[in-house]
Amino acid sequence: MARTKTDQPKLNFDGLWDYDPAPESSDAISIKDQYDLFIGGEFVAPSKEGRYFDTINPSTEERIASVAEATTQDVDIAVKSARKAYDKYWSKLTGKDRAKYIFRIARLIQERAREFAIIESMDGGKPIRESRDVDIPLVAAHFFYNAGWADKLQYAFPGRQPKPLGVAGQIIPWNFPLLMLAWKIAPALAGGNTVVLKPAETTPLTALKFAELIQDADLPPGVVNIVTGAGATGSALVNHPDVNKVAFTGSTNVGRIIQKSLAGTDKKYTLELGGKAANIIFEDAAIDQAVEGIVNGIFFNQGHVCCAGSRLLVQEGVADEVYRKLTDRIETLVVGDPLDKNTDIGAINSKAQLDRISTFIEKGIAEGGEVHQSSCSVPDKGYWCKPTLFKNVSQSHSIVQNEIFGPVLAIQTFRTPAEAVEKANNTPYGLSGGVWTDKGSKIFKITSKLRAGVIWANTFNKFDPTSPFGGYKESGVGREGGLHGLLPYIKL
Amino acid sequence: MSKRLDVLKTYKIYINGQFVRSESGHYLTLTNKSGEQLANICRSTRKDFRQAMVAARGAQGGWSGKTAYNRGQILYRMAEILEGRRAQFIHELSLEGASAKKAEAEVDAAIDRLVYFAGWCDKYQQIFSSVNPVQSAHFNFSTPEPTGVVSIIAEEKSSLIGLVSMIAPVIAGGNTCVVLAGQRNAMSACSFTEVIHSSDVPSGVINVLTGLKSELISHMSSHMDINAIFYTDSDTDSKKLIQENASLNIKRVVFEETDDWMDERHENPYIILDFQEIKTTWHPVSV
Amino acid sequence: MEVLNKIPDFRDTVPIDTVGVLERVSRLNKRSIKKESKMDALKMALSMCDLTTLEGMDTPGKVRQLCYKAQHPHESIPDIPSVAAVCVYPNLVRTAKESLKGSNINVAAVATYFPSGNGTLESRIEEVKYAVNEGADEIDMVISRGAFLRGEYNFTFDEVAATKEACGDVHLKVILETGELETLENVRKASDISMYAGADFIKTSTGKVSPAATQPVTLVMLEAIRDFYYKTGIKIGMKPAGGIRDSKTAIQYLVLVKETLGIDWLNPDLFRFGASSLANDLLMQIVKQQTGVYQSADYFSKD
Repeated sequence: MARTKTDQPKLNFDGLWDYDPAPESSDAISIKDQYDLFIGGEFVAPSKEGRYFDTINPSTEERIASVAEATTQDVDIAVKSARKAYDKYWSKLTGKDRAKYIFRIARLIQERAREFAIIESMDGGKPIRESRDVDIPLVAAHFFYNAGWADKLQYAFPGRQPKPLGVAGQIIPWNFPLLMLAWKIAPALAGGNTVVLKPAETTPLTALKFAELIQDADLPPGVVNIVTGAGATGSALVNHPDVNKVAFTGSTNVGRIIQKSLAGTDKKYTLELGGKAANIIFEDAAIDQAVEGIVNGIFFNQGHVCCAGSRLLVQEGVADEVYRKLTDRIETLVVGDPLDKNTDIGAINSKAQLDRISTFIEKGIAEGGEVHQSSCSVPDKGYWCKPTLFKNVSQSHSIVQNEIFGPVLAIQTFRTPAEAVEKANNTPYGLSGGVWTDKGSKIFKITSKLRAGVIWANTFNKFDPTSPFGGYKESGVGREGGLHGLLPYIKL
Repeated sequence: MSKRLDVLKTYKIYINGQFVRSESGHYLTLTNKSGEQLANICRSTRKDFRQAMVAARGAQGGWSGKTAYNRGQILYRMAEILEGRRAQFIHELSLEGASAKKAEAEVDAAIDRLVYFAGWCDKYQQIFSSVNPVQSAHFNFSTPEPTGVVSIIAEEKSSLIGLVSMIAPVIAGGNTCVVLAGQRNAMSACSFTEVIHSSDVPSGVINVLTGLKSELISHMSSHMDINAIFYTDSDTDSKKLIQENASLNIKRVVFEETDDWMDERHENPYIILDFQEIKTTWHPVSV
Repeated sequence: MEVLNKIPDFRDTVPIDTVGVLERVSRLNKRSIKKESKMDALKMALSMCDLTTLEGMDTPGKVRQLCYKAQHPHESIPDIPSVAAVCVYPNLVRTAKESLKGSNINVAAVATYFPSGNGTLESRIEEVKYAVNEGADEIDMVISRGAFLRGEYNFTFDEVAATKEACGDVHLKVILETGELETLENVRKASDISMYAGADFIKTSTGKVSPAATQPVTLVMLEAIRDFYYKTGIKIGMKPAGGIRDSKTAIQYLVLVKETLGIDWLNPDLFRFGASSLANDLLMQIVKQQTGVYQSADYFSKD
């Protein structure tokens, strides 16, 4: 009992009291065996050359359902249906009535929140704690926030008469399937546009459940159309001549292709692309909270986050302490079944993504990085990656330069604020960044120097419907969210 | 067969989330145009007002401390509950003298107005805030904050839509209020407190009194812990009294005259701004 | 006592971001503890309870009843651990000690002019010596919050060190009364001072001030204990006290401990709950786990 001294202090986290599994029941959800395309308010089979593909659960590698692959012809029907809905119904409604429809959508999402959360976790692999507490509440919030704008646009853009653009073609990624749908559809509808949206091929289910919700909300047919498919479907949508606006979230490479293919058209576009954010920890930071921010920055959603804090820049004086705390902290991260309420890190979204991450980890080791992984175990079946830290890496390492999109953190040190800023900006990307210091004036100075669209100070990975999001440089064009997120859907 | 005997409703005032009678025990009788008796309402006193004021002050910190999103959800909830009670309000407005068609239009407008201001809860800050490019190494920004506790004196002839149009912008902006309902429409005003009560509006945020304006106007405009007063009647004597009393503690005085509360010009964010203070913060920028 | 090198300058503040602390606590609260791990947690929590009575109306009779309850929490359940200690005022230590003879339950005495600490240092030390002499196994002292808030950190250090000296081998818990320190940075500072000055345990509250124990405060204290352990190799115990009334909250505290300090702290030697009504709620939940039937307080003896 008395104070006794050990020479080599070490914390032990496992063995005495481990948490039993606490799985969220998936009994109350309903998923059809096969989904058609949602066009003109109906589920319709793909045209005759079309076919169906499977969407699988990345934590079990089992098939969940089949979804239709939309062909160029299907996309054309969808765009026509959106155009018709725009001309016939949606552009004739008052802002007040548009608002009411969008509020209705928001409420229906809140009512079905748990079903959406469970399906999101099954289809995409993200922990239920995140889909339940982050993704779905934010989805509802985005619809609520944008609903209110529908009849207030003249205050958002004073001196102008805001008008809709027409038909928006929207392509979203697999990391936040329903949330990205909300980011796209909510401002488009508020602005008076109709939409054709293509979800990612590995995570189409919540978008299709959303299509059912659109039916229940009694939206005029064709205002929202959902076409499932892969790259070819997306390309058909982007290149359709009657689309007035393209919104894309995904990789910088695909974004580049889209921007090029839009050359010579007068389509408006927004691109939300990759990132390689630096999380900068100064020695005067609140270290324990900074460690939480680092963990949240890179391990949130398995690191499948374009704004992830995948580079850690830590001031030399606190580097050892931060590293020790990080290694302790990742021991308490629970990796496994996405539907278990205690899971912190779920399944990697697909086999292809796991292969990509593994290749980068191997490269990182081969290039001389010092690797450390959590000692946790992972299930036999499914796609998993343990939380991974890399020490002793520099700007030239491939894991520092490339967006890995996985739970892999590259740790570098710095000596002065100028050096931190220089390293942080030394990338083609510019989506986000983190600054940790207890000194307010330093926050404002550093954030003013960082070339990125979202900077979190003493926090990380915060999202809010009122707050604009988007990148500098190769991280994209335009903003989503907030007042500025309306602009891409408005003709002034 | 004998006719079923109606169970008549007792109209009470609403203080701190509770339906109470005036401490005075006195009442006023409401009649319709043809002089038929409609209901008895409370004749609130300055003590009732004081109680309501204390409740409003107590609730102010919590209400303004809620997230803007949450306040928006609560206003939207009020609209939902009012929608569910459309028939009741149409009936009461008819008793108070409106035609069936007018009563219906008015209830619908009141619902829509709540939805409208629900939408502003997390947006007026974005319209009225600024980052100010000062000439020194400072980050300088200005943001609105609620003024505090507001006295709302609804005009004598105002109706449900008038009442809603005065309350909604005040609470959307994070203020709490004590409302004196217009006498002619005291029944629907009292029933509106039931909507408030079942809409997750925290106790004390909206307090509604009925009674004689002549007895309460002086207290509602002079109380030293009231921060602003919202008045829409056009009588010059009352307005002068309010302004004089306001000068005791520099209350914000907001007059808004109208002959038609249904008019869409009453839907704008500047009424919210009337009950806001602008706070400017200077912060150094350096390493 | 061991000699500690490199005692920090207590005028330096360890920065703590309260928003971040609240987020961390809220995330830890999302842990879902079910089945066996829940039963283990309930029993563990019961074994960590310091049954407490600290009222002006305390009598030997009341203390004897409490001591009986401490040894026999609930007759009908087998394998129930006894609580860790009984916590009383110094004048009732002897009564408690006699009542608990033959058990391994400790007697803790609050001393040093509990709860305010507003006495002369001499008189407070006298009280400690008296309690030790009466047979107390543990002393729960209070720091002088007035001196601390005036910035007289040396005074705080010295009063803890002096009390520790008066305790000898008796275990010293230092009550920070975090409800009066207000900021988490003050909590951290008072924790550091106490540990460097010789505390065996740091404890949140007297139970006489609101707020008493809270999870954000406890997390900050656990993090202080962890940092002290890494710096010195010495394990300090933690005792949240006051305001912890139900099993759910108690289990949330255990999660905080497990994920901040690890399993080595999950025992009564290093973690305690200061509570009076928690034990019965833990017992009710244990019976609920065993029978599947929700319980009523009518079937659990008050003392």
